[in-house]
Amino acid sequence: MSTKFSVIGHMMVPDHQIMSVEEVDDLLTSYKITRDQLPKVYHDDPSVKEIGAKINDVIRIVRNSQTAGRAEAYRQVVKRPKK
Amino acid sequence: MASPKRIGKIEFGLLSPKDIRKMSVRKIIWADTYDDDGFPYPQGLMDLHLGVIDPGLRCKTCGNRASDCPGHFGHIELAKPVIHVGYTRLIRKLLRVACRECGRLLLSQDEIHKVLGPEDERNEDVISEKDIKKERVCPYCGEQQLKINFEKPTTFSEVMTDENGRKIDHKLTPADIRARLEKIPDEDLQLLGINPEVARPEWTCLTVLPVPPVTMRPSIILENGQRSEDDLTHKLVDIIRINQRFKENQDAGAPQLIIEDLWELLQYHVTTYLDNEVAGCPPARHRSGRPLKTISQRLKGKDGRFRGSLSGKRVNFSARTVISPDPNLSIGQVGIPLAVANEMSVPIRVTPFNIEEIRQMVLTGPERHTVNSPCGANYAIRPDGRRVRLSDMTRENIAEMLEPGWAVDRQLRKDDIVLFNRQPSLHRMSIMAHRVVLMDGKTFRLNPAVCPPYNADFDGDEMNLHVPQTEEARAEAFMLASVAENIMSPRFGGPIIGGIHDHISGIFILTHQVRWFDKKGVLYLLRSSTPEHLPKPGKVEEGVEYWTNKQVFSMILPENLNMLYKASSCINCEKCKMENCERDAYVKIIGGELTCGVIDKESIGAFKGKILQRIIRQSGLERGRQFVDDVTKLSIRGIMFDGFSFGIDDEDLSKIEYGQIDEVLSEAEDDVERRIRIYEEGQLEPMPGRTLEETLEMQIMQVLGKARDRTGDIAGRHLGLSNSAVVMAVSGARGSMLNLTQMAGCIGQQAVRGERITRGYEGRTLPHFKKGDRGAQAHGFVRNSYKSGLTPTEFFFHAIGGREGLVDTAVRTSQSGYLQRRMINALQDLKVGYDGTVRTSGGRIIQFRYGEDSTDPAKSSMGDPVDVVGIVESIIVEEV
Ligand SMILES: [Mg+2]
Ligand SMILES: [Zn+2]
Ligand SMILES: [Zn+2]
Ligand SMILES: [Zn+2]
Repeated sequence: MSTKFSVIGHMMVPDHQIMSVEEVDDLLTSYKITRDQLPKVYHDDPSVKEIGAKINDVIRIVRNSQTAGRAEAYRQVVKRPKK
Repeated sequence: MASPKRIGKIEFGLLSPKDIRKMSVRKIIWADTYDDDGFPYPQGLMDLHLGVIDPGLRCKTCGNRASDCPGHFGHIELAKPVIHVGYTRLIRKLLRVACRECGRLLLSQDEIHKVLGPEDERNEDVISEKDIKKERVCPYCGEQQLKINFEKPTTFSEVMTDENGRKIDHKLTPADIRARLEKIPDEDLQLLGINPEVARPEWTCLTVLPVPPVTMRPSIILENGQRSEDDLTHKLVDIIRINQRFKENQDAGAPQLIIEDLWELLQYHVTTYLDNEVAGCPPARHRSGRPLKTISQRLKGKDGRFRGSLSGKRVNFSARTVISPDPNLSIGQVGIPLAVANEMSVPIRVTPFNIEEIRQMVLTGPERHTVNSPCGANYAIRPDGRRVRLSDMTRENIAEMLEPGWAVDRQLRKDDIVLFNRQPSLHRMSIMAHRVVLMDGKTFRLNPAVCPPYNADFDGDEMNLHVPQTEEARAEAFMLASVAENIMSPRFGGPIIGGIHDHISGIFILTHQVRWFDKKGVLYLLRSSTPEHLPKPGKVEEGVEYWTNKQVFSMILPENLNMLYKASSCINCEKCKMENCERDAYVKIIGGELTCGVIDKESIGAFKGKILQRIIRQSGLERGRQFVDDVTKLSIRGIMFDGFSFGIDDEDLSKIEYGQIDEVLSEAEDDVERRIRIYEEGQLEPMPGRTLEETLEMQIMQVLGKARDRTGDIAGRHLGLSNSAVVMAVSGARGSMLNLTQMAGCIGQQAVRGERITRGYEGRTLPHFKKGDRGAQAHGFVRNSYKSGLTPTEFFFHAIGGREGLVDTAVRTSQSGYLQRRMINALQDLKVGYDGTVRTSGGRIIQFRYGEDSTDPAKSSMGDPVDVVGIVESIIVEEV
């Protein structure tokens, strides 16, 4: 018997969203980068699991920033290596 | 892309016996080095095929002389295999995961699938030791596996069970182990993350040992003409000797026991040859008792090959000496002894425009006798690049030959740009560009106001100096690293440079309350500051003009400055009396005029410096630098005007205060006794969540702490601003009222880990006390002051408390130092791109916007991009 706890609902967890293919393309061209230059997030990260992102998806994370008020970050989902 | 070439992959492998023999130019069989004539033995450890170190001889492999021969490897054929200490963990793992009989990985194909997934979607994951259950049965040949024990440094054994069910340790020889490793199939190794092409596991058991070239272990000739061999050579001698004896015994069919002993001895020598600091193995020592420095010791640690020789570089055009203070220098200057300036040089090209000037330098030559003499030159560089040392013989000749195309190494002179550095270089302000001032004496001189960024003091600190050699380097150093450029710290967005110690005491004494100075006094104070004209006098009495101290200070402020704030000496009264504050702690600056308030740490101190920060934001860094120079000079003159000193009698109180202090402390000690009695009678009410003992201890600490504070109050009532220590504490220059309390009043409770001292003898701290005594005196309460002197027991408790502080700082510095090292290694190559992203050297993004708001903290106001309060304040001239 286990109760499932939703991390997304917690006030300390920022907003996570899966980006569409077009959005990802825009992102990559605007920063002139390839996918492997994006920051990463593990596939078994609790928030990633909860929004149902798959490996190679790109996630937009919108945080409350101490300095800027609102800050966006993007991370590519990768498989967590063993150990 | 940032880097022109990309590293595809790095492969780590093992040297196979085949590789070792292939790279070897000579098989070494003799343990001897040189014969009686001092000539290397053929096939000895110094064989001429391995390269040459003696000048005059030629290498038998490449034919070059000592200077050109790179050295060549030889090899030793070992009588029996031995284990390489560096690979014992790998060997242990492989022995545990592979079958002792057939060598296969102890997992069936199904199990492998379960761990790694189906064959077509496998990634870099590999099978680990944990994936295999211990002592299972081989799925391929059905052999029962045994437990493998490993004992440091190189002993492996199997646990067997005999007929009686007793467990016995069966030792595995390196040959047994090698045989087992040989049996592991290539495909199974791949699953373990080992590439069998470059690293067959049996290569971890050495059968051949490479002999490094002599260039790597040169012998040195001592003063008495004797040869002294390198530690590695000594170790190789041992190995060859034992190997030889081993072989002879083997061939003679010696008993097993002797063979085993020799085998172990050979293993010991090879182990210590590779690493002389392995756990469970006594280090091999030199005849003198010094442990030998073998291969791993050459590489490891701070002075090892990596950190000491490869990452650590030594440079030319640098100097190091003791530092001392000189408040007359600007913060942007550095005083340099003549001896250093004469040795250091800057190359300058000869052009038609400077040829006469340079000719004069060449004629002056390398000797400059006084600080004011014109600078000379040390070397001339001919158009073909050859350097000629200038001397009495050559200089006239060279001056004659000088023409465009030549260059000259000119000596350092006034206003040259140099980089100045103090270790540990923890932040970028640890290296700053200064302008040279030549000085007599043998130390570097700097303005004490630049001590905070370097974290320097003058108790014997040394600093380094570097002379940039090109115009570009000088421009870069000056524009990016000059002191003025670094007043604002990127750490907290405020000035890190500012007044310290006497600067703060001085400006406090000068600006406290209102004082009047006549013209002579004002000129004395401002003599070395920039202002050149006096303002209108504040009052004229009997025809004599007078200026206030606040007017004097206002002269070094920019005209457009408006500020309102509370000084360090403010005690945060419930209702601020503003202009009428009796401590003069309400600072008001209108239109560059200090109308009320005292200037202290809050205004000009390093790390605080409100005024300095505002000046920099309004008028720029250069004006800020000038303000620091002015304020430090003014304050030093201010402190000299009255004089400032502290003596033992400054800690004296009157009879009345001593009586009161005595009373307070006696009362407190009685109170402690009373509480102990209540506790012993079982009447004590425990506090929530605490035991009775804890409650009592807390009460005692509280009572004694309060008593100490009260003695401080009593002492403070007697000691006013006429006392130098009070001035320093109130202005924030140095020390606190607590220090004063301890000097004049009472030192108070000594603590270890926040509790009263309880350690020592059974039931008591010292044999002077009764067992079970819980009184104040028996547990480290020091009733005396530093002035009155401590009793022997008090002194002892004080030493216990003091030691804890010392240990804490020692531990903290080493821990934070290592933390810093790791952090810098991780962050050092990150940079902010033109698009505002923070990236690694490979272009990988770390932050999409630097700091999320693209603000340079060094250009911020305490972290905020805009100083809203400052702007509003300076416009409406009212506290916000
Ligand atoms: Mg020091
Ligand atoms: Zn050679
Ligand atoms: Zn088997
Ligand atoms: Zn006040």
